[in-house]
Amino acid sequence: MVAQTSAPASSAAEHRPTLIGSGLSKTYHAGEVAIHALRQVDITLYEAELVVLLGPSGSGKSTLLNILGGLDTPTAGEVRFRDHALAGASDTELTRYRRDHVGFVFQFYNLIASLTAAENIALVTEIARAPLAPAEALATVGLADRVDAFPAQLSGGEQQRVAIARAIAKQPDILLCDEPTGALDSRTGVLVLEAIAQVNRDLGTTTALITHNATIADMADRVLRFADGRIVDVQENAVRKAPGELSW
Amino acid sequence: MHPLNRKLWRDLYRLRGQALAIALIIASGVAVLVMSLAAAQSLLNSANAYYERYRFADVFATVKRAPISVARRIAQIPGVQQVEPRIVEQATLDIVGFEEPVVASLVSISVPYRPTLNRLVLRSGRFPEPGHNHEVVAGEAFAEAHSMHPGSTLQALINGRKQTLVVVGLALSPEFVYAIGPGALVPDSKRYGVLWMGREALEAGYDLDAAFNDIVLSLWHGASLPSVLREIDRLLRPYGGVGAVARKDQISNWFVMNEITQLHNIARILPVIFLAVGAFLANMILARLIATERSEIGLLKAFGYGDAAVAWHYAKLIVAMTALGVLIGWVGGYWLGLWLTSVYAVFFRFPTLLYTPGSVAFAVAALVSLVATLSGGVGAARRAARLPPAEAMRPPEPPVFTRNQGAFYRFTDWLDQASRIFLRQALRWPLRSLLTSLGIGAAIGILISALQWLDAIDRMVEAYYYEQQRQDAIVALVGSEPDSITGDFLRLPGVIAAEGHRFVAARLHNGHLSQREALIGVPAGSQLEILRDDSGSRITIPPNGLLLSAKLAEMLDVSVGEHLRIEVLEGRHPVVSAPVVALFDTLIGTPAYMHIDALNELLKERNQTNAVFLLIDEHQHQRLFARLKTIPAVGSVMLRDAAIQMFHESVGETILIYVTFYTFFACTLAIGVTYNAMRIALSERGRELATLRVLGFYTGEISYVLLGEAAMLVVLAIPLGCLMGFGLTVILASAFETELFRIPLVVEPATYATATVVVLIATLIAGILVHRRLAHLDLIAVLKTRE
Repeated sequence: MVAQTSAPASSAAEHRPTLIGSGLSKTYHAGEVAIHALRQVDITLYEAELVVLLGPSGSGKSTLLNILGGLDTPTAGEVRFRDHALAGASDTELTRYRRDHVGFVFQFYNLIASLTAAENIALVTEIARAPLAPAEALATVGLADRVDAFPAQLSGGEQQRVAIARAIAKQPDILLCDEPTGALDSRTGVLVLEAIAQVNRDLGTTTALITHNATIADMADRVLRFADGRIVDVQENAVRKAPGELSW
Repeated sequence: MHPLNRKLWRDLYRLRGQALAIALIIASGVAVLVMSLAAAQSLLNSANAYYERYRFADVFATVKRAPISVARRIAQIPGVQQVEPRIVEQATLDIVGFEEPVVASLVSISVPYRPTLNRLVLRSGRFPEPGHNHEVVAGEAFAEAHSMHPGSTLQALINGRKQTLVVVGLALSPEFVYAIGPGALVPDSKRYGVLWMGREALEAGYDLDAAFNDIVLSLWHGASLPSVLREIDRLLRPYGGVGAVARKDQISNWFVMNEITQLHNIARILPVIFLAVGAFLANMILARLIATERSEIGLLKAFGYGDAAVAWHYAKLIVAMTALGVLIGWVGGYWLGLWLTSVYAVFFRFPTLLYTPGSVAFAVAALVSLVATLSGGVGAARRAARLPPAEAMRPPEPPVFTRNQGAFYRFTDWLDQASRIFLRQALRWPLRSLLTSLGIGAAIGILISALQWLDAIDRMVEAYYYEQQRQDAIVALVGSEPDSITGDFLRLPGVIAAEGHRFVAARLHNGHLSQREALIGVPAGSQLEILRDDSGSRITIPPNGLLLSAKLAEMLDVSVGEHLRIEVLEGRHPVVSAPVVALFDTLIGTPAYMHIDALNELLKERNQTNAVFLLIDEHQHQRLFARLKTIPAVGSVMLRDAAIQMFHESVGETILIYVTFYTFFACTLAIGVTYNAMRIALSERGRELATLRVLGFYTGEISYVLLGEAAMLVVLAIPLGCLMGFGLTVILASAFETELFRIPLVVEPATYATATVVVLIATLIAGILVHRRLAHLDLIAVLKTRE
């Protein structure tokens, strides 16, 4: 165990853990070479906190996010979502978990080209238990007027905000964002981060955000630095900066 | 190996499922082509070799009775090489253990046997010996049908006298490759056979000393066939000649050659469909490959590869898939052709099977396939060649969907999101969707066209044997008799009704067109033969003039109101002119009808009949048949039930084999098209499907998005396939139309349903194959990369 993560001091009493990963390792085999993407990582995400995972590419942050999001399974270690153990869960159980509890945002938006903004969101709300209305979700990210636009008619930032709206429309317990601003310029990136921060604040969604952009770390409650498959540093921000104050 | 070629092999390996599907479709087309052409060539070669080796005659003529000196005069006609005057008669046989009367053609041979024309292929036993007039050689098929072998005996009614004959040998003859009895539509070895007897025995039996009633001849190469025929007719006319026929019109040979024509028809029609679909799929797979390899193409160009080199690189993929298909098709076609040829060899009883597929069939198949698939792939390859390197290295623009893309988008609004995805996808590329549906439809169509034969046969039997021929049996008399003979038949046990008809050999002329046809004299108000017009209502036989089948009218280019010259080929050979008063449609033969009185009038004979139509009490068959076998005036007996059974047996069996083939080919087509369409959709939409999985969709739910589109295209394919099936049936029916049969255009609802269900099962299999891949979608890899 390299770094012990703990709850922000200020909120330890009121915030219960949402997701706990302990002793997580992931080893890939590429031919005869074993790649240790994750080595014995412990992590706890608390309700309503915003955590930024910072590190160079290949440091293991995406692997961790995928395991936490139920897209991948660890080679060793355990993941607990509230009272449920995710380790050893079947594909169907993991799908159920993603469907009911997790929202994803990716670098490349991954919108369905043949569906409009509202329809991309409806895709999720149709199968969710207590969703927001698609229009409401779009309004949350400031795209109330782009309801009927197809992805090809939207800018990159708009597409990413639709992706965020899609991720939060189901009112997930956890929002996992993997380089959400990676493909965007700084100004547009700020708009997207604002949307994420707003969701975190207004809906109280536990949010984990991957970036290699250290500036973004200032908007987090906690910053976990990754290197070589381990968490090498944990930093708690006493004050979260608003995304509008960031620039890079 | 050049690295590009190595890439090509790896691409091919990676796309092996799709490449194999395309290869199999091409293979189906090639196999059908090679099979049909190889079988046709082999059939022709086998027949020709048989004909040549056993001296099959060039001209055939029958006559009532001509002195042998006439044969010598015929031999002197310029161009005639060899003549063989013979005696050919019909006799009814009584075979122990077989209730029904059997008809035999008795053909004279020299004793001791001296082979001349139409030489016999002795299969077992020996030829008759001098002085043993009761010895016969029997046709092998007939003998086998009755388990006869050298030493077996049978009773024959020869010119009214009952004789016991001993089979001493079994033989084949080039003259009876397709041994068909009088009035029959298909061979029936149980009820019709050929017996070769010593000439002396037949001379005695039929009072034909130093005379003949049948003559066959061979011609020198380069002889003028029409002038020989004319000359023979002139020489034989005084002796009751009914017109000489050339080899091409000799009944057995006509059937063999017709079979060859049909094989050529198959070769022309079906492979086209397979190759067209193969071309479309080749285009689809190549277009997709090029879309996914844009950056590689850009890189190649940046390295300095020219447009032509890039295009050729991708074209080679098509060539490789086609080559695989051609190879499989060659092997499959070779074996199918061999099998089909052997089926024919058994059916036609060729003494030696010559399987000579010939390189032409293989070359044609390969060339046609390559041209088809390359022309399918050329557009995609050209697009690859034209990509400017810089543009190629950028990812393609995402497909643009807008609300303006048609009213259909509104229509999709009431659907759930998953359905919208595939519906809009299909509408975004309507041509591709349509072609996919057409490809699947083609499979349905091919199946319908094959299964339809069963409907057609049922319809033919229904129309001919039940609606038109209402009698249970036709008794052909040895010669014409006063029609009071029908009263004699009515008194036989089990006969409920009897009607006298008359068949007269004639040649009908219209200008330079002429056709040999039996004129059928029907009594007014006949109850046992009912002719109907298009609308199904009964046609009354007009008191004067001709009632022609539409096909005969077409062959003679004559219409109602016009006159035909009738050259009667019997009796005094009168030549008269008669108007065509009506036409009617019939599926079988090209008959010409007249009122029996008018026909008798033509011959200046009154109240004569030579065929008695009978309605029989089925419980008294046995007694009636036993009596019929003993009546000297009876030439042959044709039983409707037996005819129907034989028709089903001989035609049905062949068709079942074809249906099996076609089902296999159609399934290949359906699976190939569906599998390819879904694999390409999976490749294009893998990212979207993975996204849906990440969003919490189960495998079954994303399967719906992928397979839903395929299912929709399959559903669209059903009506298209039914239409194509009907169209194909029309094409095949007209291609297969002969003077003997016309394939009725009937497709029963059950046929549409069966074809659809079979193809649905096939597409379901393709769906399952693709569905299994969905379980292994790599969610992370897909999401991490930009397309």
